[in-house]
Amino acid sequence: MTVQAFAPTGIRFENIEKRYGGLYALRRVSLEVAPGECVAFAGRNGSGKTTLLRIGAQLVRPSGGSVSFPGANGDELRGEDGGVKPPLQRPDAMGAPLGFVAHATMVYDELTAEENLLLFAKLQGIAEPGARAAALLEEVGLSERRGSLVRTFSRGMRQRVAIARALLSGPSVLLLDEPATGLDPEGITWLASTLRRMRDAGRTILMSLHGESEISALATRAIRLDAGSVAADTRARSDMRAILTFAGA
Amino acid sequence: MALFANTTVLLGKELRTEFRSRELLTTTVVFILVVIVLFSFTFDPSVGESRKFGPGLLWLSFLFAASLMLQPCFLREQNNDTLSALRLAVQDPFSIFLAKLSANTVFLLLTEVLMLPIFAILYNVHILAVFPQLVLVLFLGSLGVAIPGTAFSAISAQARMRELMLPLLLLPLLTPVLIASTEATSGLLAENPGLRIDWLGFLAGFDIVFLTALWLFGEYLLEE
Repeated sequence: MTVQAFAPTGIRFENIEKRYGGLYALRRVSLEVAPGECVAFAGRNGSGKTTLLRIGAQLVRPSGGSVSFPGANGDELRGEDGGVKPPLQRPDAMGAPLGFVAHATMVYDELTAEENLLLFAKLQGIAEPGARAAALLEEVGLSERRGSLVRTFSRGMRQRVAIARALLSGPSVLLLDEPATGLDPEGITWLASTLRRMRDAGRTILMSLHGESEISALATRAIRLDAGSVAADTRARSDMRAILTFAGA
Repeated sequence: MALFANTTVLLGKELRTEFRSRELLTTTVVFILVVIVLFSFTFDPSVGESRKFGPGLLWLSFLFAASLMLQPCFLREQNNDTLSALRLAVQDPFSIFLAKLSANTVFLLLTEVLMLPIFAILYNVHILAVFPQLVLVLFLGSLGVAIPGTAFSAISAQARMRELMLPLLLLPLLTPVLIASTEATSGLLAENPGLRIDWLGFLAGFDIVFLTALWLFGEYLLEE
């Protein structure tokens, strides 16, 4: 994969709260992720991992607190009660090109793999979108199926297209919500090696995971969320296993 | 510039996916055809009655068909969370609305133009002499349906009972468009046909007001 130029960028969550009616999804979560860190989030279903990642991607407005991208030209998104709120700002408009992989594939079933990548490359204003799409399809091992509709793909192949879409802009911050979903062991190895290259190049990676895997081994920091709060946060490799496997949770 | 570049790319995607599947166009054409044919068989209208009631019937069928057509507009973006991907990718979120409402207007207009000859035959009205003016009325009326329709499609896609929500929200709001389009069409199908500038002006004004509102506030409708 061609290494895209990028500015090292971290991500800062300050007192993030998210309420759905009376239900708290996140309670005053404060985290600072330094540029180049690779953070694995663990936690039971409903612990707030997905909500936190979606707030980081500026897809969900927090009920309180702010997200900023230190190292970028750092405007802040503030979610405060009352008053007219400004529209959510795209992270790359704030100087932080961001890639996001969600539970869903975020690609169109009715388009081919190549059409999907071309569409998103053009929307992001990427120079030579055709060449970038072709390079990423090669990278994810789908160049032979580039002309096939995504709806004809297996879940694992769709996930590869999803990951290729997230990598289009050469993001400085990558947010991955269970990125190994649907991937076979070979796919997981491929994803781990791709993420390792990105981490080693200094890109910031935040990913939610369940249990240990080749991908969790890349983490330089592990955080366990419990009922919307940070229950454990470590950079010590010896403690990571316990956090990722919920041991003692 | 980014707004128009993004809109063009997204409009291309909307047209490509629809012309590939033809789901919306087929459904809408069949729906309008059934309504027009059923009314024709039920009332067997004379020429005078057709001139009097035909335009209203035509626009009512367009309106109900539009509420069917607009429903999946944002709903299908939810299947794979592609709306989030678009929000992350576009430079200006208004381009998402602009592309969708342009595509919806094209689909509606295409359907209406296809249905006009069948309407003319079944209801024994002459449209050839006023066809260009009719297309202008259809365009402004369709735009008037598509602008709020696209906005409400974004709202209803996130609501419970979404299939009911869109027509319930949309149809009362479109009453002015229905009246203006029907009056403008009646003027063109009258014995002495003429373009009703007052109603055309009303339609253009409605389109401008709602497009401006969508430009100002549409971004909030895309948030989760």
